[in-house]
Order: sequence, then structure tokens, then C-alpha cells
Amino acid sequence: MDVNDIRGIHSLIIMAIFLGIIWWAFSAHRKKPNDEAAQLPFEDDDIDQRTQQSEKSENEK
Amino acid sequence: MSTANPNLTYNYKVVRQFTIATVVWGIVGMALGVLIAAQLYWPALNLDLPWTHFGRLRPLHTNAVIFGFGGCALFATSYYVVQRTCQARLISDSVAAFHFWGWQLVMVLAAITLPLGYTQAKEYAELEWPIDILITIVWVAYAFVFFGTITKRKAKHIYVANWFYGAFILTVAVLHIGNNISHPVGLFKSYSVYSGVTDAMMQWWYGHNAVGFFLTAGFLGMMYYFVPKQAERPVYSYRLSIVHFWALIATYVWAGGHHLHYSALPDWAQSAGMVMSLILLAPSWGGMINGMMTLSGAWHKLRTDPILRFLVVSLSFYGMSTFEGPMMSIKTVNALSHNTDWTVGHVHSGALGWVAMISIGAVYHLIPKLWGVKAMYSTSLINLHFWLATVGTVLYIVAMWVNGIMQGLMWRAVNDDGTLTYSFVEALEASYPGYLVRFIGGVIFLAGMFIMAFNIYMTIRQKDAVAVDNRAAQAA
Repeated sequence: MDVNDIRGIHSLIIMAIFLGIIWWAFSAHRKKPNDEAAQLPFEDDDIDQRTQQSEKSENEK
Repeated sequence: MSTANPNLTYNYKVVRQFTIATVVWGIVGMALGVLIAAQLYWPALNLDLPWTHFGRLRPLHTNAVIFGFGGCALFATSYYVVQRTCQARLISDSVAAFHFWGWQLVMVLAAITLPLGYTQAKEYAELEWPIDILITIVWVAYAFVFFGTITKRKAKHIYVANWFYGAFILTVAVLHIGNNISHPVGLFKSYSVYSGVTDAMMQWWYGHNAVGFFLTAGFLGMMYYFVPKQAERPVYSYRLSIVHFWALIATYVWAGGHHLHYSALPDWAQSAGMVMSLILLAPSWGGMINGMMTLSGAWHKLRTDPILRFLVVSLSFYGMSTFEGPMMSIKTVNALSHNTDWTVGHVHSGALGWVAMISIGAVYHLIPKLWGVKAMYSTSLINLHFWLATVGTVLYIVAMWVNGIMQGLMWRAVNDDGTLTYSFVEALEASYPGYLVRFIGGVIFLAGMFIMAFNIYMTIRQKDAVAVDNRAAQAA
């Protein structure tokens, strides 16, 4: 087995991993976690508000 | 991960600093670009001084726009996005401050050493070894703050934007160290440890991934946060974003060989670079479509919101230049385009159309939030900036397309007896009108940047005015 066989096997492994990622990302049991993750940019307005408030009060001191 | 802390606040200070630095370096870098564009049309503007020569100012232009403007935009947005999507404050305020001041020092050192002629003569890696070491230290600090903050996250999941920012941080570290290994022979002089075609291959492995990870992955992170946020709806397909991420990072690292077509680089490596570049079209367009489709059902917002327009048009330019890039990597196309202005046009359709426009959109989104006011001082000025940026970019790239294809055709034209039809100077003379149009496009784009600076200045002043009003109201 020379180095080129290993290169070929390596390509196949990488391809299998990539197909696995697609299968994983699109599988039904990932639907809910994916939807939840997509909401992450919209869930922290309270902390943003608090930051603004604390900076405002610091400025007034 | 942990229960919500009722006293938790974000570190907006370092985000504000990097946001202002984005605008400052943007104006500096683009003004330098306009100057060297003018030098190509009016060569006397070299002033016959070594320090103001095109050959020394051009690397300063690229360093200032990529690492100053683009870098600061990435740092500002990554620190903002990582805090807000992890619901955690930066792991260390002082290390973040070190990152900010360290990076400004790097940029100032670039602005001093490059005009003085200190250079490693590697494109986008011109800075000499002491500055390279400083960059490495600052970068480690950045990685510590970014990844450290991720470990503090509240939700289990790491939002996709942070994956892109994380890949950008890790890969740029590897590229920077790999390409800059050199033997110092003095404080301001070093020689690369690589020689011959190995050096060229290392350089374009670095150079193309500077495009792929600095100017693409990082800005895709920006896209995955600011487009949903500005459109007020979640990203079109989260699972597509996962596939987009892995496909993009797995493919990009192989594409650099296309910079060395028909060189001493082994043929198979050139072909591998070309094939990988063609494959790249798929993840690039997958990402673009994901960003665009986020607006489905909200397209009407484009009519009233110039910030969203900046973000969406940047995606159009991204789609356009990621189609153009694979096409130019085809060897037979490259035989025409290589070393012509077409390459310069391609880079700027990515740099002005994609990188600058999405950064500008993100900055307009950020400024009111960071300074605690409702909106930018003037929406119509944002709109004006949008049109200046679009017209400037289009003029620039059309001029370079025309010049590039013309140069390629003139250089390869041969007479019946096999002699060249045109001398190099004839092709250069024919390029002059294009150089003038390019200069005008650059001036228009730069004018937009000044309008943005004015708008930001007025917004921040407005904030002070609001604070005063509040105090009066409380006293009453």
C-alpha cells in the first residue's frame, strides 16, 4: 500500500464525514434544536437594555 | 449553561472603540487607494519621493483597508455578536482593551514602516518580523477573549455566526504564522524560510485564505447576525447554514493554487486549485441564498430601510464575485485574465461590494445601539451613502473589466509571423480611460465614507443631547 492509496482513502473518509454532516443537519430530530438556535439573536434584549441603563447612570455620575 | 445573572451587562466599550476605528481606518485606507489610483492616471503624483511612490503606498492601502478597516469591523462585530448570542459578557475587559490598543499599534507601525520601504515583499503579509510577532501576540489575546466568552455562554448551542468568526480567528492564526516564518537578519530585514516555488505556494496558500477566512468567513459571521437582526426574522435555513459552514471551510484552504497557474508550481497542484475553486461556487452561493432568502416575506423593508439595502446588496456583490472567482480560476480563462486589471476589478467587487458594504451596513446597525439612541441622525444620508457606494463600486469594477479584457487580448495578439502585435506600452496607453473611470469610482465611494463619518458624529452628539434632555426631565 503506497501513499496514494492512503490519499484515496483519506478523500473517501472526508467525503463520508461531509455527507454525515449533511445527514445530521437535515435529520428530523435536529429540527427543534435548529429552530431554537436560529432564535438566539432575538433573546437577549433585556441584557442589552440593562447595559444601556447602567452606562447611562455611569455617565450621569 | 448557568442560571441567568440578573446583573449581567455587556462590554460595549471595546465594540464602540473598534467601530469608530473601522470608520477611521476605512477613510485612511480608501483615501490611500484613491491616491494611488490617481497616481496611475497622473504619474507625477508620485511626487518623485520614495515614500510616496506607488510601490510603497499600495501595500499600505491594502493593509489599511484589509487589516485596519476590515479587521476592526470584524473585531467590533465579533465582540458584539459573541456577547449577545451567548448572553455572556466578554471573559476579560482588560484583555479586550489590550487587543484594541495592540491592534491600533500594529496599524500605526504599518503606516510608518511601509512608506519607509520595510517589507517582506509578500502580498498582504508585507509587515516585517517584529510587527508579525506583535500581531501574533495580539491575535492570541483576541482568540482568548472570543473563545473564552463562548465557554461562558448561556444557551447550549453556539450560534452559527460564532462558528464563522471562530473559523476566521483560528485559520488566520495558522496562516499568519505559517507564511511569516523567516530568518531575521536585522531589526527590519528578514528572509522567508521557504524558497522558490514552495515560497510561492505558501504565499498563496496564505494569500487566498486571507481572502477566504479574513474577508469571507468573518464577514459571513457578520451576515448571519446582522441580516436576521435588521430584517427582524431568523435566518432562512439554519441547517443550510451548518452545511454552508463546513463546506466553505473544507474547500477554501485548497483553492490558493489558482494564483499560480502556468507557473513553476506542479501542474497537478494548479489543477487541484482550479477544481477546488470551482467547487467553492456551491457553498458560496448556498450562503448567499441563505442570507437573501432571510428576507422572504420582508422584501418591502428594502424600500424604506437603507441599512438593510446595504446588507442585501453586499450579498449580491458577494454572489457576483464568488461566481467570477471560480470562472477566473479556470486555467484557460486565467490565461487571459492573469496580471491584468480584471484581477484588480474582481478583488474590488469583493472588497467594496461585499466586505465594505456589509461592514457599513453593520456599522449603521450598531452605532445607535451602542450609543443608546433610537436611530442614526439621518436616514436620508444613509440612503445617499448607499447610492454613492453602489455607483462607486460599479464604476470601479466595470472600468477594470474593460481594461482587463482589453489588456489580456492585446498582450496575446500576434501577427502572422509570430511577433507581438502590440508593445506593452500600447496596452498601457489604451488603459488610461479606464484608470480615470476607476479613480472617479473610488472618489465617489470615498465621499460616501465621509458622509458616514459625519452621520456618525451627529448621531453621537445627538446622544449627548438626549442625555441632557433626560436629566432636565428628571430634575423637573
